[in-house]
Amino acid sequence: MTATATLADTFAEKAKLVSAVVSTVKSLEEAFDYTVDLCAKKEACKLLISGCGEPLSPPAEGLCETKQEKVVAAPALPAAQFKAFKKRCDESGFKLLQKGMRDNLGGIDIGFTVADWGIADTGTLVIDSSSEELRLATMISEIHVAVLPISKIVADTAAQMKQQVALMRKTPNYTAFVTGASRTADIERVLALGVHGPLELHILLLED
Amino acid sequence: MQTAQNLTQYRDELKGALSNEFLRKAMDNFAVAYRGSRVRAFTGIDVETLVSQIATAKDASISRLDQLFAEFKEKAEKAGVHVHLARTAQEANEIIGRIAENADCKKIVKSKSMTAEETLLNHHLEAKGMEVTETDLGEWIIQLRHEGPTHMVMPAIHLSRFQVADLFTGVTGHEQDAEIERLVKVARRELRQKYVDADMGISGANFCVAETGSLGIITNEGNARLVTTLPRVHVAIAGLDKLTPTLEDALRVIKVLPRNATGQAITSYVTWITGPSECQASPDGKKEMHVVFLDNGRSALAKDPIFSQVLRCVRCGACANVCPVYRLVGGHQMGHIYIGAIGLILTYFFHGREAAKNLVQNCINCGACKHVCAAGIDLPRLIKDVHARILDEDGHPTQSTLLGKVLKNRTLFHTLLRTARLAQRPFKTQGGFLRHLPLIFDKSQNFRALPAIASKAFRDRWPEIRPRVDKPTMKIALFSGCVQDFVYPEQLEAAVRVIAGQNVQVEFPMGQTCCGLPAQMMGETEASREVARLNMTAIDAADYDYIVTSCASCASHLKHAYPRLAGEEGQVKAQQFADKVIDFSSFVHDVLGVGEEAFTGTGKKTAYHSPCHLCRGLGVIDQPRELLRDAGVEYVPTEEEDVCCGFGGTFSMKFPELSAETLERKLKIVEESGAQELVTDCPGCVMQLRGGAERRGMRLNVRHIAESLAERLK
Ligand code: SF4
Ligand code: SF4
Repeated sequence: MTATATLADTFAEKAKLVSAVVSTVKSLEEAFDYTVDLCAKKEACKLLISGCGEPLSPPAEGLCETKQEKVVAAPALPAAQFKAFKKRCDESGFKLLQKGMRDNLGGIDIGFTVADWGIADTGTLVIDSSSEELRLATMISEIHVAVLPISKIVADTAAQMKQQVALMRKTPNYTAFVTGASRTADIERVLALGVHGPLELHILLLED
Repeated sequence: MQTAQNLTQYRDELKGALSNEFLRKAMDNFAVAYRGSRVRAFTGIDVETLVSQIATAKDASISRLDQLFAEFKEKAEKAGVHVHLARTAQEANEIIGRIAENADCKKIVKSKSMTAEETLLNHHLEAKGMEVTETDLGEWIIQLRHEGPTHMVMPAIHLSRFQVADLFTGVTGHEQDAEIERLVKVARRELRQKYVDADMGISGANFCVAETGSLGIITNEGNARLVTTLPRVHVAIAGLDKLTPTLEDALRVIKVLPRNATGQAITSYVTWITGPSECQASPDGKKEMHVVFLDNGRSALAKDPIFSQVLRCVRCGACANVCPVYRLVGGHQMGHIYIGAIGLILTYFFHGREAAKNLVQNCINCGACKHVCAAGIDLPRLIKDVHARILDEDGHPTQSTLLGKVLKNRTLFHTLLRTARLAQRPFKTQGGFLRHLPLIFDKSQNFRALPAIASKAFRDRWPEIRPRVDKPTMKIALFSGCVQDFVYPEQLEAAVRVIAGQNVQVEFPMGQTCCGLPAQMMGETEASREVARLNMTAIDAADYDYIVTSCASCASHLKHAYPRLAGEEGQVKAQQFADKVIDFSSFVHDVLGVGEEAFTGTGKKTAYHSPCHLCRGLGVIDQPRELLRDAGVEYVPTEEEDVCCGFGGTFSMKFPELSAETLERKLKIVEESGAQELVTDCPGCVMQLRGGAERRGMRLNVRHIAESLAERLK
């Protein structure tokens, strides 16, 4: 087994420990298919999003009602790729957004991103989130689907530190280390996923 | 928060907490679960090395906070951040209030910040008519209840799902079911709306990285991400101690912090923010960003030779997680705003003597906090030092001054002990317990039977039992400690029997007295220093190969506190003394190499209690257990062997209710194991455990390991 393959295995193992769903894809197109499939077949995309079925206060309820469609967002994709993705979404009847997250703060179904690095020993994604659209897509989505090129997986934070410092020197910068879904154990120490951020994190390891 | 005027009021509050069944159960489950998850989280990681690296790095940055601040300020300002320095808590609040007013902010969302709790920032902003919403679920819950956190990482750990459901019913105007999953979703939706409305976000910061001028923020919920992204203004508040030279230093802390806090390898989110990022809610498309550093005594603390290490704290909360007192009463009682062991210390510096004076006495000195501290802070010692300072400022209570005075005068002390023997005569029962206690004890001490003073002290028996050895291979001094000298001389006699058979010349220098730990525990530093001097004079370390004691508390105190107490001029002797101090089990097992061949016969089913001052104080773990096995005793390992028995010397006198509860749990575990005998390495633990077993009517023989071994000698 090559060193990268071992790192990818470790990454997958660690990410799964924190309830991430990890799969492998051969191309970005396959990742688009995965996402559309996730949205459609598994009914991950719903009009009514998580928590909106609960008895809420009028303002919170009002925000829920702003969501009228099944929405996927892929803010940072280059034009050609976005087009390919959009075609698939259109066919399935989902809206694919490139921007305008602030108009969708009620929630979107899936946020689609490509991660900059993977840290194997904790199953962590490193995502340069300096773009507000991209950042919000990873925060307000119910499901976050992140593509991680296998070549970008390193052993630990130490191995990525130089690049990280370089990122932080290029101001302004907003970088996120993301490990699993948003979680809380604040009520009776019972683990609950998806308190403020995504309820699920899907990681697609891209063989590159 | 501490509002008790005096120790009696404080004790009443403690009793209140003890009778809160939900709290007790929640804390207990947490304590047990935490132990396991911490061990799992650190599997394969050299924690000790990491912690000492963190400590060294932190110390280095603490010594140059000014420089780091300047560097951070320069880098951050270059990136467009406004950097402020607040000398006091009030100043920090005012700065933040002004930022909000200038930017015309009315609605504020906040992610967790202990520093903002420290300054009571919310009160200040709310008084200005602003709406502040905590977005960390736990913080929001306690905000709705108008109370402070009971844990630094899990602020609402003291509340049940039913209480949360009630609160949320109030917030939403709809009846809520007490289902955790659903309650979390309700919070998700309610708070999402708050983010949308907010014009200012306030966050804390775990790191302020000087080399890049970046903030590092650790969260699990992801709320800090929304707080720092959606509103057009972002203010971060951080103590000066959060200044970190490099990203490398921060990453090292991240290796330990989440593992130590919650047993996670890393939190769900670690966010690095450098400069104001794009913000579409701002008129100019760019966020307005401020970092407010809080001094509030930190610069002065940084220069304090004893207390500067408290600034190493990374707020992981582990020192509360393992604390037996916290486990019983929770954070409202075991803290003011900062909680747990570190809270006992910080309260004095940040919130004053009144808030700290009772609190700081509520430490049993078990060392569990120090053992797990992510930054290697000597917490128990600093707690005692704070206590001593408060006494020096506030005046020493008569009882404690008296104790100090008596201890400083060995002859007086020993005469008093002998007189006490006569005074207790009418109360003594056959088993050697005091049925009705002499005046100094009140009836709250009744949870365990207290032993009687022995009819003949060890020092008085010594001339008769002193072993004669022809050609000794080494010479040792015995240090008895008061309890074995005057209460349980038979334990030390047994120890002498085990040792003497090994060609060792044993001496008992008569000038020795109490080790001084009780004085230290009472905050009587002067007395404890004087007593240390007496002992180091009585036992001239240069004259012996080892100084052996079968009291774990004495051993740990002699070894660790004496060099510190001795001061510069006494250093050489004190260090030499400390180096020669060894506990009984290690001496017999490691030095004398006593093994199977020395023993005969079979033994009863025996449980072991590992004294705090032995396992954590001296790092002695295997020796006593191996000795028991070698001696043919049927040793049955039990849960929580290394959890405190609740004695803590003077602690059990001050806080009998807490002591009793801790003891109760210990004995229950032993009872369930079916052990007929319970042995340990410390006479104080024997006193507590035997007295408790007697009160509970258990058929459990509690004794010192030396007695168990001596009985089986060939
Ligand atoms: S020494 Fe023990 S009792 Fe005291 S604060 Fe630390 S853990 Fe708690
Ligand atoms: S004192 Fe140590 S254990 Fe306690 S919160 Fe601070 S770093 Fe953690």
